[in-house]
Amino acid sequence: MAEATPKGVLTTPIFNNNPIALQILGICSALAVTSSMSVSLVMTLAVIFVTAFSSMFISLIRNHIPSSIRIIVQMTIIASLVIVVDQILKAYAYEISKQLSVFVGLIITNCIVMGRAEGFAMSNTPGLSFLDGIGNGLGYGFILMVVSFIRELFGSGSVFGFTVLAPVQDGGWYVPNGLFLLPPSAFFIIGLIIWVLRTLNPEQIEENEFQMKENTQPKEAV
Amino acid sequence: MEHYLSLFIASVFVENMALAFFLGICTFIAVSKKVSSAFGLGIAVIVVLVITVPVNNLILTYLLDEGALTWTGVSGAENIDLAFLGYLSYIGVIAAIVQILEMFLDKYVPALYNALGVFLPLITVNCAILGATLFMSERSYNFGESVVYGFGAGVGWALAITALAGIREKLKYSDVPGSLQGLGITFITVGLMSLGFMSFSGIQL
Repeated sequence: MAEATPKGVLTTPIFNNNPIALQILGICSALAVTSSMSVSLVMTLAVIFVTAFSSMFISLIRNHIPSSIRIIVQMTIIASLVIVVDQILKAYAYEISKQLSVFVGLIITNCIVMGRAEGFAMSNTPGLSFLDGIGNGLGYGFILMVVSFIRELFGSGSVFGFTVLAPVQDGGWYVPNGLFLLPPSAFFIIGLIIWVLRTLNPEQIEENEFQMKENTQPKEAV
Repeated sequence: MEHYLSLFIASVFVENMALAFFLGICTFIAVSKKVSSAFGLGIAVIVVLVITVPVNNLILTYLLDEGALTWTGVSGAENIDLAFLGYLSYIGVIAAIVQILEMFLDKYVPALYNALGVFLPLITVNCAILGATLFMSERSYNFGESVVYGFGAGVGWALAITALAGIREKLKYSDVPGSLQGLGITFITVGLMSLGFMSFSGIQL
């Protein structure tokens, strides 16, 4: 990203420079909320809101923040925004906020928010930072929605709570795969998504530290 | 006593911070390339958790919770509920304690500071620390329970990251498909470890 154009900052984080799949940021909270789609949609909206506005506010005052205390200033802004989100959720979507439990609070330590504040908002104009925040939030949400779609579809046979594959216990034909509702499946799915993304973009492949030596004595190896 | 032991075992194995709640996964994946640094970070997380969870518990009980300010004796104080300020205070406390710990170790225990120094700033933004505090406040642990819980959560996290680093040290000699290399295979490894830790679920002392 040499030149920061409004369209560029909005779209690159979604596929080409996805915060979760490439920069290993913000996975902490991403995985725990993905067992149902409606919960992860709310989580995505919350993260987009916090990332966009924290980037904008930090960018607005970036020239007045002494660099020695900038982390604390960023933290305070982010934490205040998260409090706003948490209070709104508690007031208008109490059931979902119960399911999200501590993970709304964990947006504070979500590395994407801090990473964008530190990496982009501190050196760009408020408008661009706002779009960059939305872009990264969307990139985060994209992975979140894909993971939760797979987990909810195979784990309980529904999408957004509507039954798609009629499960056996309700007289249907689909036997729900309970593993998809458990934590390990989220790791597998993210691993596989990274595999797909990197096969599509070969330049993102990490160099191996060791090169495999050609097998010189095939018979002995077998 | 049995209650505390059971809480400790549950927080180390059953409710492992990294493998069951996905907390602190960012650093978990980023710093698990070598066993020595993973172990160092694990110890640092234990130390910080043992201090911050009880301190945040005190802050919650005596400053923020509904009616917590009654001890001040000011009239009307028993109606004050500052619980919504939780996030802001917890993260402030964590950042401050990490900073103080860093300065303290630098001055009095330089050997330990050299070992842990690079990891301490990373810990402020480690979800596991804030996560443990939030779980503590959500499950309303008392002071003793929060000491045990903080220690257990830290030990569980340190155990998981050291184990993962051990696996990854071996993994770099293996022939992994190109696009799965690095991050991809690490996630799948963590998934398998998480599956292994699932076998502890339901254990009760």
